[in-house]
Amino acid sequence: MKILVAVKRAIDYNVKARPKSDGTGVDLANVKMSMNPFDEIAVEEALRLQEAGKATEIVALSIGPAACQETLRTAMAMGADRGILVQTDGEVQPLAVAKLIKALVDKEQPGMVILGKQAIDDDSNQTGQMLAGLLGWSIGTFAARVEVGEGHVKVAREVDGGIQTIDLKLPAIVTADLRLNEPRYVKLPNIMKAKKKPLDIVSPADLGVDITPRLKLVKVSEPAARAGGVKVADVAELVAKLRSEAKVI
Amino acid sequence: MERESMEFDVVVVGGGPSGLATAIRLRQLAAEHDVEVSVCLIEKGSEIGAHILSGAVIQPTALNELFPDWKERGAPLKTAVTEDRFLFLTEQKSFRLPTPPQMHNHGNYIVSLGNVCRWLGQQAEALGVDIYPGFAAAEVLYHGDGSVKGVATGDMGRTKEGEEGPNFAPGMELHAKQTIFAEGCRGSLTKTLFERFDLREGVDPQVYGIGIKELWEIKPEHHQPGLTLHTAGWPMDMKTYGGSFLYHFEENLVSVGFVVGLNYENPYLSPFEEMQRYKMHPAIRGMFEGGRRLAYGARAISAGGYQSIPKLTFPGGLLVGDCAGFLNVPKIKGSHTAMKSGMTAAEAIFQLLQAEDATGKEAVDYPHRLKTTWLWDELYRVRNIKPSFHWGLLPAMAYSAVDTYLFRGKAPWTLHHTPDHEALKPAAQCAPIEYPKPDGVLTFDRLSSVFLSNTNHEEEQPCHLTLKDSTVPERLNLAIYAGPEQRYCPAGVYEFVDQGGQQKLRINAQNCVHCKTCDIKDPSQNINWVTPEGGGGPNYPNM
Repeated sequence: MKILVAVKRAIDYNVKARPKSDGTGVDLANVKMSMNPFDEIAVEEALRLQEAGKATEIVALSIGPAACQETLRTAMAMGADRGILVQTDGEVQPLAVAKLIKALVDKEQPGMVILGKQAIDDDSNQTGQMLAGLLGWSIGTFAARVEVGEGHVKVAREVDGGIQTIDLKLPAIVTADLRLNEPRYVKLPNIMKAKKKPLDIVSPADLGVDITPRLKLVKVSEPAARAGGVKVADVAELVAKLRSEAKVI
Repeated sequence: MERESMEFDVVVVGGGPSGLATAIRLRQLAAEHDVEVSVCLIEKGSEIGAHILSGAVIQPTALNELFPDWKERGAPLKTAVTEDRFLFLTEQKSFRLPTPPQMHNHGNYIVSLGNVCRWLGQQAEALGVDIYPGFAAAEVLYHGDGSVKGVATGDMGRTKEGEEGPNFAPGMELHAKQTIFAEGCRGSLTKTLFERFDLREGVDPQVYGIGIKELWEIKPEHHQPGLTLHTAGWPMDMKTYGGSFLYHFEENLVSVGFVVGLNYENPYLSPFEEMQRYKMHPAIRGMFEGGRRLAYGARAISAGGYQSIPKLTFPGGLLVGDCAGFLNVPKIKGSHTAMKSGMTAAEAIFQLLQAEDATGKEAVDYPHRLKTTWLWDELYRVRNIKPSFHWGLLPAMAYSAVDTYLFRGKAPWTLHHTPDHEALKPAAQCAPIEYPKPDGVLTFDRLSSVFLSNTNHEEEQPCHLTLKDSTVPERLNLAIYAGPEQRYCPAGVYEFVDQGGQQKLRINAQNCVHCKTCDIKDPSQNINWVTPEGGGGPNYPNM
């Protein structure tokens, strides 16, 4: 079984994101970018399935500017066999991403697609679900455990208040949650080897997908600063303030 | 677990201006002569530029030589200096002084040195240098005959106790005919080389400064691109070496920073808080009104100059850049000399590689070549300026004027340095300093500052700030010097906390911004800074 893994180049998790002063977006100039952490977990899971003999080939895909090649090289340094970049400099919203991945699924015919549950930059949490809709495949979101059997896959999902285990018919889509695994460290010799692994570049037009944005970004701003606390003298004052100022009781 | 190894002609440790210039020049020479020279460069930061922090006004001398067409190649040198101002500050007043000749910046550019390095990194990769950020050189490797064989990268995935964790990945040995150490100021491996090869024999001790920097976006009406402003005087007292820089560049950005000489005497001094209160000066504060702070960081710099330059070569390798110490102190610039040292080293190594099997050989030609370049002359002429500050600010300024104008840097004597860590006086002999509380608008505390350095270290790893004797912090540092590490550390790494009625040192290693000040200033040299897991440390944008 071939597994397709989607990886997004996103602002690094250590970097404190900051809106541009004109509110048109997040300031990304010379900011460290890296693979979306949930996608790293997705790659790791695919690799573990391959190491367990459940998958034959791991194909990483990314969508975005030329710099996404680095993200794909990281996926290949972790162990993915090859990479596909859908190169575009424009904005790509979740529905367009899902359509592009669908086009690649049609071409590559994988038995499974693994994605991060969401990207840490826009926190959309939509692509996997939309892809399932477009393909008409089963989906297990927020995966905490994945067990592949003959023609089906068991996915333990992180849901409110516990773990829900579902059994999906293959081909299927899985979106990775935080506790699915802990991704491996990339080794130096593997980074070297990854430079020689095949990386195909296609455009959205090659795949016949219209990626014109449908959502309009209105404004990006910082959360309101937290007001300082006050000390109250007694319970009566606390209750009064909760009632009259905070208006929570 | 057995470590894997790889072979290269040259391995460069560190992706700053000197290391990148070395790698680039080597590949340029190889291409010119149509021979193959394999060059591998490793960098402990998560990417090239992540750990680079500088003013920075860059003098493009070395860059002009390395890439005469740097403009066409899109180098991020966009703001030419248009005006130099030099102020002497008292607590409330400021006096405009004539700009010292070394601080004339005509023809220089205000840049983010981190972005210049990012660009140099791209140029190096295009020339075929194998660049691996996220890997820290943790150990020097030696041949049986004692010559340097290469370096090993640090292990990943060890637990706090040093055991192999579930994701453990052993380090990797990088073997080279020649290993270039370009670690920057107070390099942790360079330090071991000094000892092993007696490289500091017969030269002055290195002396240092700590530079603390913030990047601000200010109101367009306060912004004057190309303006550089330096100050001396307040908030330093007359015998403490220190001053500020403030550069207006690009889109409403201002780089502001304060440098304090690490030979300060009063253990109550806090370079971080000096930097904060400097911004409150009436001549300065208006500039930041309505602005916002974007980034924060700190880094030690080598300030010993000419008389502190160690022996630069040893069997199997050599030193370039600020780990050797090529900063021109009165110019407060070191990136052009760092690059020049790297380019000169590359030429010497290239010659060596062509002549014979260079494995374990010493590139003795490098220092000879360096002495014929402008770098050597430039550092020789300014050698007496920094040590003259031993006498205090005003005598030093008077002496520097004489040395510069009358002797033109060729005075028939050389002043000497003493080690910084010996300078601290016992707390009992010093007056505590009361610093104003931060207002959260113009001035800040350490933690909210460190937050903006984007620093991070994997928590479950051995502490990279090692103590030779774990009783020293309380027994000596706290008892005699009132715990100076909690003040000189700009990142709040060192904290004395109450444990059952006793003050104990706590080390918050994950806050470290890799400035190396603790390794330098600890009074008994008890702190040894070693590399944490690769990829850890600050992620400076546009610094």
